Amino acid sequence: MKAVCWMGTHEMRVENVPDPTILNPRDAIVRITSTAICGSDLHLYNGYMPTMEQGDIVGHEFMGEVVEVGSRVDRDKLKVGDRVVVPFTIACGNCFFCQRQLWSLCDNTNPNAWIAEKMMGYTPSGLFGYTHMMGGYAGGQAQYARVPCADVGPLKIPPGIPDEKVLFLSDIFPTGYMGAVNCDIQKGDTVAIWGCGPVAQFAIRSAFMLGAERVIAIDCVPERLELAQKGGAETINFKEVDSVVEALRDTTGNRGPDSCMDAVGLEASGHSLFFLIDRAKQALRINMDRPEVLRQCVMACRKGGTVSIPGVYAGFADNIPIGALMNKALNIKTGQTHMMRYMRPLLERIERGEIDPSFVISHHVPIDRAPEMYRVFRDKLDHCTKVVMDPWATAA
Amino acid sequence: MLSESVASFPTDHNSFSAKIPKLALLAGGSALAAYGIARHSKTGIGLAAVGSLMAVEGTRLGSTKHFQARSSFAINCAPGDAYRYWRKFENLPSFMSHLSSVRVIDDRRSEWTVMGPLAAKIQWTAEIADEQQDELIAWRSTPGALFQFSGWVEFRPDTGGRGAVVTASMTYSIPGGALGKTIASIFGKHPEFLLREDLRKFKALMESGEVPTTAGQSHGKRSKLVSAFHAVRSKQQKTVHCPLAESPMTESRAL
Repeated sequence: MKAVCWMGTHEMRVENVPDPTILNPRDAIVRITSTAICGSDLHLYNGYMPTMEQGDIVGHEFMGEVVEVGSRVDRDKLKVGDRVVVPFTIACGNCFFCQRQLWSLCDNTNPNAWIAEKMMGYTPSGLFGYTHMMGGYAGGQAQYARVPCADVGPLKIPPGIPDEKVLFLSDIFPTGYMGAVNCDIQKGDTVAIWGCGPVAQFAIRSAFMLGAERVIAIDCVPERLELAQKGGAETINFKEVDSVVEALRDTTGNRGPDSCMDAVGLEASGHSLFFLIDRAKQALRINMDRPEVLRQCVMACRKGGTVSIPGVYAGFADNIPIGALMNKALNIKTGQTHMMRYMRPLLERIERGEIDPSFVISHHVPIDRAPEMYRVFRDKLDHCTKVVMDPWATAA
Repeated sequence: MLSESVASFPTDHNSFSAKIPKLALLAGGSALAAYGIARHSKTGIGLAAVGSLMAVEGTRLGSTKHFQARSSFAINCAPGDAYRYWRKFENLPSFMSHLSSVRVIDDRRSEWTVMGPLAAKIQWTAEIADEQQDELIAWRSTPGALFQFSGWVEFRPDTGGRGAVVTASMTYSIPGGALGKTIASIFGKHPEFLLREDLRKFKALMESGEVPTTAGQSHGKRSKLVSAFHAVRSKQQKTVHCPLAESPMTESRAL
């Protein structure tokens, strides 16, 4: 089959590899019909995530049809022929964490748990196509994928809804939604969201669904800011203001946003002194993270407010304003998305016509064009906001 | 009750011939050290240091090494379920990565087999040393076995009815010589790590019915260096799962 493989920093390649097989009794094999490039894949592309290995198959936003199931998969839950969206987190369903709906913290799905324990104390769940520290599972930018614990994760999709409307239930829609849930939004609240990438676009719309009165979105890419405005957000182009923190202060009557969301993560841009130090450390691979946005979130947030972090971080970060965090009594909420909490209710919202997630898509391409599209997406060329790939179409 | 009684096992290296290199190092090293000290010079200090190291090494050579490891995991199942799966010793290879098989001989004895490098097969007989229903199993290799090995595992309820806390301890003695080297290559490097990873697999089996793995999955081209590195890592993953009929994951816990 064709699969997009990470061959090194800035090098993705479409390779021909053997089709996946069932390795465990709760596995399923899915024939993929649509797959997307996620903003977090760009962290892999740019070489900022440790424990990637040459030849790893990437991709964690995919859907398709079940073509094989293992001996232990309950046929009432999943059978050959089912059309499914596969969540990017893998969960066993039976551990302490799964039973508390903390699906992305599953104890039993990371075969390389000991590596994650060295980095983080305890391991989160396994993820598709996202470093060996997080399980080393082959990803879904391919024609087929092996899905472990297939009786827990995949969500069955009724016929009649096109792929592009439900594909993002695999990650970015629930991730944006959980980012908004984590803002702990009260009636009349103002929410500031850093980044206007695909996750943030869903976070903007989710914040309104959850009762926010104002959403202020911060980015510098014109088409992303435009998309945010279409979703009802006010926008700040951070390149056009001296200080985002001051701009937010001035627009909220010197109180600050009730919640601040970092939908950017470890590759933030900025122009502060700390940012320049981060950039230098990252270039030297001393530090993995440049938390410029997180700093701004903490500084901008109103006293007693909430900082929500759906943006991905990998390791250790310097110069976090811990004094502001403590003295302003801020709450911090974060985590990889607890997918199975949100997938079904969000599918219902799509079915009711409350939202059509395909609004973020700018490019539909055959999978052969993946290497080129990683660069286009990263550099926001060609008005690129989101790339969806067809694993079976051939490049013209 | 569970005091770590590391018995002084007899070693097979008491013969005089086995002691020659040891004595040579000890004597040579001591002589060199004495000469070095007597010289009262920089070179002398160096010689003394080298000699001392040789002598210390001499005292170690050929002697039996004792290893001990202990690990504990909270598992989301009844202590009795965990006890029953472990007590069926044929199940041990499903989570003990170095074991290739266990054959139960009778109520108390079982034969354990591990495969070493170059298909070297090492076998010993283990017997139950102590046992308390749903709470504890202790075992040891029988006297005269090639390899002295003992262990215990304790199953107790976690706080607040949150399942079980399973604590395991292993003690083994590795003799010097070729046999010792073979055994050490299997168990000796990181006993704490091995036990911990085995117990983690046990937990996965009890909770999800399988051990997570990526061994055997597809990937794109890798350079020889990356392939070699990856081969070492994936050796730590063994595809195992318990037979359908013996699934420790009960229906009541499955969602």
